[in-house]
Amino acid sequence: MQPLFEFGNWLCQPVVFYTGLLAAFAGALACRGFLVKTKAAASLLDIGLLMFGVSTLNPQFAREATRPDNAALWTMLFLTGLCLWVAFRQAVDNDARLRQGLKPEEAEAATARLHVWPHLLYLELVVAAFVTALLLLWAIGLSAPLEQPADPANSPNPAKAPWYFVGLQELLVYFDPWIAGVLLPLMAVTGLVCLPYCDRNPEGVGHFSFEKRRFAIAIFLFAFLLLWLAPIVVGTFLRGPNWSFYGPYEPWDVHKLSAANNVNLSQLFWQDLMRFLTGQPRAMEAMHWFKRELPGFIVLALYLTVVPAVVARIYKKLYEQLGFIRYSIVILHLLVMLAVPIKMYLRWAFNLKYVIFVPEFFFGV
Amino acid sequence: MSLGDRLRKALEERVYKSAVWTSVFRHGFPDTDRNRLWAIVSNVFLHLHPTRTKGHAVRLRYTWCMGGLAFFLFLHLTITGVFLMFYYRPTPEYAYTDIVSLREDVPLGAFMRNSHRWAAHAMVIVVWLHMLRVFLTGSYKKPREFNWVVGVALLTLTLLLSFTGYLLPWDQTALWAVTVGTNMAGAHPFIGREGPGAPLLGCDDFQVIHAKSDIRFLLLCGSVVGPAALLRFYVLHCVLLPLVAGVLMAVHFWRVRKDGFSAPL
Repeated sequence: MQPLFEFGNWLCQPVVFYTGLLAAFAGALACRGFLVKTKAAASLLDIGLLMFGVSTLNPQFAREATRPDNAALWTMLFLTGLCLWVAFRQAVDNDARLRQGLKPEEAEAATARLHVWPHLLYLELVVAAFVTALLLLWAIGLSAPLEQPADPANSPNPAKAPWYFVGLQELLVYFDPWIAGVLLPLMAVTGLVCLPYCDRNPEGVGHFSFEKRRFAIAIFLFAFLLLWLAPIVVGTFLRGPNWSFYGPYEPWDVHKLSAANNVNLSQLFWQDLMRFLTGQPRAMEAMHWFKRELPGFIVLALYLTVVPAVVARIYKKLYEQLGFIRYSIVILHLLVMLAVPIKMYLRWAFNLKYVIFVPEFFFGV
Repeated sequence: MSLGDRLRKALEERVYKSAVWTSVFRHGFPDTDRNRLWAIVSNVFLHLHPTRTKGHAVRLRYTWCMGGLAFFLFLHLTITGVFLMFYYRPTPEYAYTDIVSLREDVPLGAFMRNSHRWAAHAMVIVVWLHMLRVFLTGSYKKPREFNWVVGVALLTLTLLLSFTGYLLPWDQTALWAVTVGTNMAGAHPFIGREGPGAPLLGCDDFQVIHAKSDIRFLLLCGSVVGPAALLRFYVLHCVLLPLVAGVLMAVHFWRVRKDGFSAPL
């Protein structure tokens, strides 16, 4: 078993894990026609269950995975998979119908006008009874955790946020708290609020579909699965003492040292690049903060102005459809969203910590 | 006449036509079209529904029942939560021991606490999946844009409700999870003492934003997670947030009726 677990640890390193998920996400969207088949989905579920079963042989995995509060995360992962399977099964079917000029499958069902009593109430009653039964079993079978009494003098290591906020805590590895804890969640909310006013595509109302809403669905699922759920998984299962990375089968060790040789963009520019270009690195200590951080300001300004202009040029139709204000809102949210994986890859590739860092104002990007 | 028929007939004669029954239910047994409509419109709870609906809307694989389940879990949490309130005092002296005695001494106490905790997690999950379903069926599009916005507010409130409840057991998990969560608030630009821009408000001798005036202090009623924070989170969790959520839910359901359930063209 041990080589298998070693391989699992390697596979779960952040860079491999996120890259693999990204590839799996793109692959799953491309191969949706195959994956929605019952046999394919059932095989995936079986493989997942088998992997889980084998993994529980490892004491470290068994301890972390079976924490009572993590039951919610496992449920979330399973239900998300199940729901996406149901949705895409219908979407693939509907897309085929729409290509043939037919109406979506829901449209046929929608022609019937049913009495709410009994048709809808019956369904509600059955579902409510079923969920009540599940909750009762869950409450009988699994006790709510209760640790030692609160002690402000004794902080646990690691101290983790509730599971639904662990994703934000995980992003603290790559961003300052004002971005990971304030800006990103705030923009997630404003993005959701703006969504119905910015999505001008009238297609796909009242039925599952994919092909007529490719862009919207791909972006939404990318944010939901890869930027919200994936960091929760990493933060919950792959972070140990001092928030260091631990493979799922790697025992926690408080003394594990993680390399902390992160550098800022200013240093990469004034020292490394200047040495490479002119053979003479510049001393940064005496520089005014604005000059020191100028490369970062320029990079950020270009990212927030040139990229939108270029995208508007390439996707002229989209820009005209949205208009200036809506386009600005959409592109701002998209750029901030994409900045998350971009910064993560920069960290892994160049140990980059800050693009701009002005400690004078507690300001780091 | 079989026993079942006789029983049914007796029920109809003695119960459904009795003065008490007819004073409560103004309509006959809902086995005719007319009575089925009346069953919905003459009942304040069932009146959340329309009288009739399109065929796809009663399918589990279209709605996943997630919106209804979110409301159902909210009710479940209200009931179990009220039960827990009978036995819980939100002060550091008592909070933890009250939870222990709920588990050890109170009849059904452990069960109520467990089911409250798991239903809270379940509600977070269900609300997210509800959002996913509404997105994937394009139901947020015109004319339902505003109701989506109300839904986003309810989603945020669900997370806040869960987060404020997380502190109440007053154990190590609670204290430190909430410390981690609220520390982020201290990093809020300008209004958090560790946030960018905060030193710009004020000058060297006079700082407007400091450990006792920033947003984190407002949230915790102190500079650490202490007794005041416990009381504050308790009131938010049991009174303010559920009230706001209740009002928004009323708006949310009302708008589903007024804007119409999403349907294919």
